[in-house]
Formats: sequence, structure tokens, C-alpha cells
Amino acid sequence: MATLESDEAMTCIEARGLRKTFGRTVALDGINLQVEEGRIVGLIGPNGAGKTTALNAILGLIPYEGELTVLGRDPWSERGRLMEDVCFIADVAVLPRWIEVSQALDYMTGVHPRFDQRKAKAFLAKTSIRRDSKVRELSKGMATQLHLSLVMATNARLLVLDEPTLGLDILFRKQFYDSLLNDYFDGNRTILVTTHQVEEMQHILTDVMFLNRGRIVFRCSMEEFESRYVEVTVNPEKVAAARELRPMHERQALGRSILLFDGADRQRFVGLGEVRTPSIADLFVAVVGNHAGQAQGVTR
Amino acid sequence: MNQPARAMAGTRVESRTGGISEARRLYWSLLRELWEHQSIYLAPLAAAGVFFLGFAVRAFRLPARLQAAVGLEEQHKLLQEPYTFAALLIMGVTFVVSFFYCLDALYGERRDRSILFWKSLPVSDTTTVLSKASIPLVAIPLVTFGITIVLQSLMVLLHSLVLTGSGMGASILWNNVPLWPMWAMLLYHLLTIHSLWYAPIYAWLLLVSAWSRRMPILWAVLPLLIIGFLEKVAFNTTYLAALLHFRFLGGPKGDPFSSGSMQMHSTAQLAPWTFISNGGLWSGLLVAALFLAAAVWLRRERGPMGS
Repeated sequence: MATLESDEAMTCIEARGLRKTFGRTVALDGINLQVEEGRIVGLIGPNGAGKTTALNAILGLIPYEGELTVLGRDPWSERGRLMEDVCFIADVAVLPRWIEVSQALDYMTGVHPRFDQRKAKAFLAKTSIRRDSKVRELSKGMATQLHLSLVMATNARLLVLDEPTLGLDILFRKQFYDSLLNDYFDGNRTILVTTHQVEEMQHILTDVMFLNRGRIVFRCSMEEFESRYVEVTVNPEKVAAARELRPMHERQALGRSILLFDGADRQRFVGLGEVRTPSIADLFVAVVGNHAGQAQGVTR
Repeated sequence: MNQPARAMAGTRVESRTGGISEARRLYWSLLRELWEHQSIYLAPLAAAGVFFLGFAVRAFRLPARLQAAVGLEEQHKLLQEPYTFAALLIMGVTFVVSFFYCLDALYGERRDRSILFWKSLPVSDTTTVLSKASIPLVAIPLVTFGITIVLQSLMVLLHSLVLTGSGMGASILWNNVPLWPMWAMLLYHLLTIHSLWYAPIYAWLLLVSAWSRRMPILWAVLPLLIIGFLEKVAFNTTYLAALLHFRFLGGPKGDPFSSGSMQMHSTAQLAPWTFISNGGLWSGLLVAALFLAAAVWLRRERGPMGS
């Protein structure tokens, strides 16, 4: 049975009409979502877009309306069982401050069937974290390293990261993503991550999803993203010609116009200026800006 | 021939390591509480230490006081008193510890957001709340018992040495302070009153701890005061006050500590049947179960503060 299951791409997360309101505020406005196993999905959105609410629903931390299945379970009613297969880092500062590193290792071994203490110790050996330190004695970066070591030593099927690198310096963020990709991701696991530092993550994602005002306004795989979207820094004399090609977005930088195109054949832009793949952040501004009905007036 | 059998054994081992029983999770969660709340044993240990110092100073005057005492009754009182006081002191300290433990148990993890870490582990809310309820119901009574018998043993040892040294002999002490019956009575009292009879008090505190967004101590105490006050003003009755008084100090008859006489040396006073057949016990346990069920529901419902 087990081999049969692993051969097919299983659905990891499936949501239909997922809705969540807090009083009068609509945090999630009927989301439909399907994430296959083995993907690394970036969930991008402005503050208040509903990213954390969506993750919390997936993790069984909040009740919701609509249908939601994670690894075949209902997260709200089966959180305890679900957490055998799911790991999450909600925020860097959630490790209890009183706990000793060795106690955290022992407790994880005691309650988690998929936690490998030897693996965690191997990860910790690469850091300067001492086994007898308490979390409150660790720096913010070290506490994150500890949490990450615990998570990476857990053989989970889904890893959820909510702003995992918030408040960490650039060196550590780089390390974080490298070790996530090299030591953790093996093609069977699914990773769902939200972050503000999109650029640093762009190269590790397989899919990207934009969330705005409680709705998914855009989603595509990174292969599609790279072949479909083009950003052209247009030579000043070619601006009018470039605008004829119906860009989805235009912005100004250092006195030059930068136009973003969708579904276009790159050859068409060769003479207009410098052609490259846009960053996720730029596409996000284009999509969400257009979605909100702004920025259109500027481009046309 | 052996191959399939070995393969079978292999999968069986795998499935066993794959599943962790709820009992094991409860055990580790209980241990976790003891790691976090060291005051559970440090506070009574400190009280025991301070008490023993004072006791040691007085112990050297015991032979003189015994000789000055008139009659067997007074001698008995003189010998017995420090042991009763020691037991009451440790019980008082651990009750205060239980009180504050319960108020913090489901509130602290929401305040410092560590609930997000705990909820990322495969431990259900029911197991978590049960492990936290086990602290005042099981762990603290046992800690109280353990520390008290060690303390009283040291006291008897010191008294015996002093009496033997003075030439009076220790037998007068052993006749008046029978350790084994005292300890049996103590354990009985802890398990019946401090655990079962007080269960609704702890469950109420845990419920408030799971519910309140700030200052759980006020939410635990103020509503009772206000309701009691309104009851007095509106109906000129004191049912709530009587109920609380009954719960804290009443207790079923047949318990050596609540009978008022504080006689600790006769197990003949034990009346487990009277205790078990007391309606107040069962209604209290029912209320405790309801409060705990509500606390489980709230633990699932409530996230960290400020979100």
C-alpha cells in the first residue's frame, strides 16, 4: 500500500470555499486551493491579506467555514493527529523561554513519533547552541536555529512556515533557505511559506500564490512564471512602441520606464530595451495593483 | 521461509514506533509542566528548610520543657504539636502553589505565544488540559506527601538524638509520635480532600486560566465576590458564600484534618465510606469535569494573545 501511495502525486492541501470572518471583517473570502505533495509554495500578500488566517486554518488553529482537508484530515477536529505529519514554525519567538535545549529534545522524542533526536543533535552540533542553554539565553537567531533543527529532524509531510525569517539578519536568512533546500526538502515533502522577503525565496519556490483581501488573486508554477512574464526596461525613444504591446504594468525607475508583460513572446521585445524575468515582488505589484483597480490609469 | 516472517516483524516494529500512546504523551506533558513550574517542589522545599531550622533551634530545649510539663496530656501535646504544624505548613504552601499554578497553566502559554509551539506538536487539547489538571490533582499531593514525610523523619531523628543525649531516652517520643499512622492519615487526607474534594476549585481556576485575556486572578475571584454581594443585597441570602465555605473548609466528616481536633495518630478515625457516600463529593467532581471540558474547548478555540 505504502509504495502505491507514494508513486502518485497526492493532494496535500485542498480547500473549497474556505471562509473566515472575525466579526465584520472578512479575513478569507471563499478560497479554493489545491496543493499537491512535493511542492514548495510561496503565499504572498500584503499585511492583512489573510495569509496567517489561511495558515492557521490549515494548521487547525482556528475554526472556519467551507471545506478543508490537509493530508486527508480535517484540521480543526483532528489537529492532534494531523500534527504527526505536519510541522510548523509560526513565528520565531514561540519557543517557550524557560525550556532547556535538552528538555525540548526529550519532550519532542516523547510526544512526536517522527522526531529523530540524533538528527536534531547533529544539526545543533553545527551551531553554537549548547545543550544546557535555556531558550531565554539564546539570541533571536539561535532560537530560530534551534526551532529549525527541531523541525528539520522531524520527518513530516507538510512544513508550514509563517514569516520564518522575520527579524533575522541577511546572513542567517540565506543559511536558512539553503539548509531548508539542501537538508530538508527531498521532493516528497510539501512546504508552504509566507514571507515579506520574497526575493530571497524566489529561487527555492516551485509555485507562487498571491493573496489579497482574503482572495487568491493569482497562482502559477515557477516554470510558468519564468516563461510567461517578461519585464522590459524600455529605451526612452521606444516607450510609445512598447506601450502598444499592452503591458500589464508600468513603473518608473531612475528615469526609465519598466514595463511588465504577460504571455508574451520574448522575441518581440528584443529591440525595445533590456529584457528579463521580473521578480515576484514586481509581478505582485502589477497583479494586486491592477486587481485593486489602481495603477491602470498610469499605464494607459 | 524466514523472509516473510522477518518482513512482518519489521513492519510491526515500524507501526509500533509510528504510534505513540496517549498515556505516553500525557506522561511527557506532565513532566513538561514540572520542568516549567519548578515552584511546585521548590516552594514546599524552601518552607520545609526554614521550618526545620526553627525546629532544630527549639529541639535542644525539648528535654527541659518535657520535664517542666505537667501530666501526660501536656507532654503529648508538646511532642505532637511540631509534627502536626509541619504537615499543615507544607499543605498550606502547596495549596497556594496549586492555586497560582492553575491560574497560569492555560494563560501563560497564550500570553507568551508559546501555545503556537505546543500546538505544532501532536498532543491534543484534551491531553494537554488533563496533564495540567493532573498537577494539582495528583502531582502536588504526592510532592506534599513526599516532602512532609522526609521533613518529619528528619524531625524525629533530631528529637531522638536530643532526647537520647539528654538521658531521657527516645521512647517517650516514639510513643507519642507514631509515624506510620500519621503518614497513612496524611496520605488519606491529601488524596480525599486536597485532590478529590478540591477538584472543582482547581478546575474552576483552570477554566478561568483558559478563558481570560488578562489578569486571570481577578476573573477567578471577582465574579464570585460580586455574585455573593448581589445575592446578599437582592435576596438577603448567603447561599454562594455558604457553598464556597463548605467547599473550602467543610469537607465530609471523618477526616482527621477537617474535624477540628487535628488528631493525627489514630487510623481508626478514617472513614472512607462516609467520604465516598457524601453527595458533595460527587456533585463537586461532576462540576470539575464540566469545567475541565469547557477548558479543553477553550484551549482549542483560543490562540495566542494579540492575534
